[in-house]
Amino acid sequence: MRRGIASNFSQHQLENYRDLLFVLFQKEFKVRYKGKFLGYLWSIASPLSFALVYYIAFSGIMRVAVEGYPLILVSGLFPWQWFQNSVGSAPNLFVGNASLIKKLNFPRNILSLSTILNHMVHFLLSLPVILLFMVIYGKSPTLAWVYGLPLMMAIQLCTVYGLSLVLATLNLFLRDIERLTQIVMTFVFYFTPIIFTADMIPEQYQPLIPANPAAPLMINWRNLFLHGYLDGHYLLISAGYAVAFLALGTVVYRKLSWKFAEVL
Amino acid sequence: MREPVISFDQVYKSYPMYHHIRGIKNLMFNFPHNLKALRRQQFEALNNISFEVYRGEKFGIVGYNGAGKSTTLGLIAGVLKPSSGRVVVRGRISPLLALGTGFHPELNGRENIVLNGVLLGLTRREVLSKLDEIIEFAELGEFIDRPIRIYSTGMMARLGFSVVAHLDPEILLIDEVLGVGDIRFQQKCLNKMAEFRNSGVTMVLVSHSMASVVEICDRALWIQDHHVKMIGESTKVAEAYAEAAAADIAASGKRKKIRPVEAAAAKVRGPLF
Repeated sequence: MRRGIASNFSQHQLENYRDLLFVLFQKEFKVRYKGKFLGYLWSIASPLSFALVYYIAFSGIMRVAVEGYPLILVSGLFPWQWFQNSVGSAPNLFVGNASLIKKLNFPRNILSLSTILNHMVHFLLSLPVILLFMVIYGKSPTLAWVYGLPLMMAIQLCTVYGLSLVLATLNLFLRDIERLTQIVMTFVFYFTPIIFTADMIPEQYQPLIPANPAAPLMINWRNLFLHGYLDGHYLLISAGYAVAFLALGTVVYRKLSWKFAEVL
Repeated sequence: MREPVISFDQVYKSYPMYHHIRGIKNLMFNFPHNLKALRRQQFEALNNISFEVYRGEKFGIVGYNGAGKSTTLGLIAGVLKPSSGRVVVRGRISPLLALGTGFHPELNGRENIVLNGVLLGLTRREVLSKLDEIIEFAELGEFIDRPIRIYSTGMMARLGFSVVAHLDPEILLIDEVLGVGDIRFQQKCLNKMAEFRNSGVTMVLVSHSMASVVEICDRALWIQDHHVKMIGESTKVAEAYAEAAAADIAASGKRKKIRPVEAAAAKVRGPLF
């Protein structure tokens, strides 16, 4: 019998993994707020300040006339922050926990999952801010939120989890991935309807929207917040991406996880 | 009675030289060549290692830096896979982690105990039920509720040892970290180790201190240049190893004209100056 990384499960082991996820999640959550006077405000300050900057740049200086632009910005930037933080922190997930990975045999994907869940909870905590902007612009949540919110969250969770497994794993073998990710994410940000809306994209580029995995997601987040519905076509595409990334992430992780301690 | 809990059967471990392809540029240019180079250039860390550790035994591993001791521990801990041969381990492994590993500086002592305990393979409930015992052993007083970034090195070590020592380890892996804490706490650790001796805990100790190996271990393994050089009673192995090391020191001493006392003094001053 060969001992793979966490291959032989038992009841106790499963409980341990569950608790590991819990304490790692708790650790990150506590650390984020501990010793910081403004705690919660900091986690919403960053997307809000970005919203302000884009508002000043586009509405104030460049005079692009878009109705309700602040709400458009907020409804795009908050879901994007979850996506961006999850993917952006991924390459460093395993590299940054080298001392643990070299000594302890535990499922390394728990590291990834706890971080992703943390970013998700911060998104949830920022929902009141979006609601506040909605109220200012005379909108209110619709019944579609009841299924739309969990559905969109599940799809985004699978997408970023799969992506983070791929990036975290490959970055162990090729450290350039970290820099590459930063650059690619900048492109993705500006090619995704976040600081603009999907219908502002010129006609001839519209067919390219589904080629960007983040675009269908962000379009539907805004549909949900602004118009209270989900676009079925884009929903299917984003669900497809979610399944594909989850499968890819799992395969890459499974194939390579036994080598992690060697390359660190 | 003599039930092996760790057994190595003709274990080989080699690493590819990954640093040759650090950098995407180098990988892309000349890809097939690099792939071949990767296969060819292997670093052999362990060569045909076989030994068994029995339940309740205290087993020492000695050898020079780079001989393959840490690789052996990695294989036991299950974080590495052998290139060939078989490694079988029966029981829960508790590595005594290096200073601060698995701790978070911003969390307080209590929170870190739970974090560390769960990382070491226990459930939260199990750790919480031992919390008071651990806190008492660590003797940190009111510091237990302060973030551990303000702890001294010795206090951190005490916390780490206390967690591992109280979590009912089945197989305890200790990688040369005994020289921590003040003399009184070291004595306490040694007492705890002696307690383990009677409790049936299996212990694997990697150490450069022959005194600790002789005092704690029943048997020892000496790894030299990735091979098993000697395996047997700890006193005999420690003696042979110390002799060989002394001979090496004498040989290099003649060349470099450094007397052992000066070398030791330089070592002590090392990190400070």
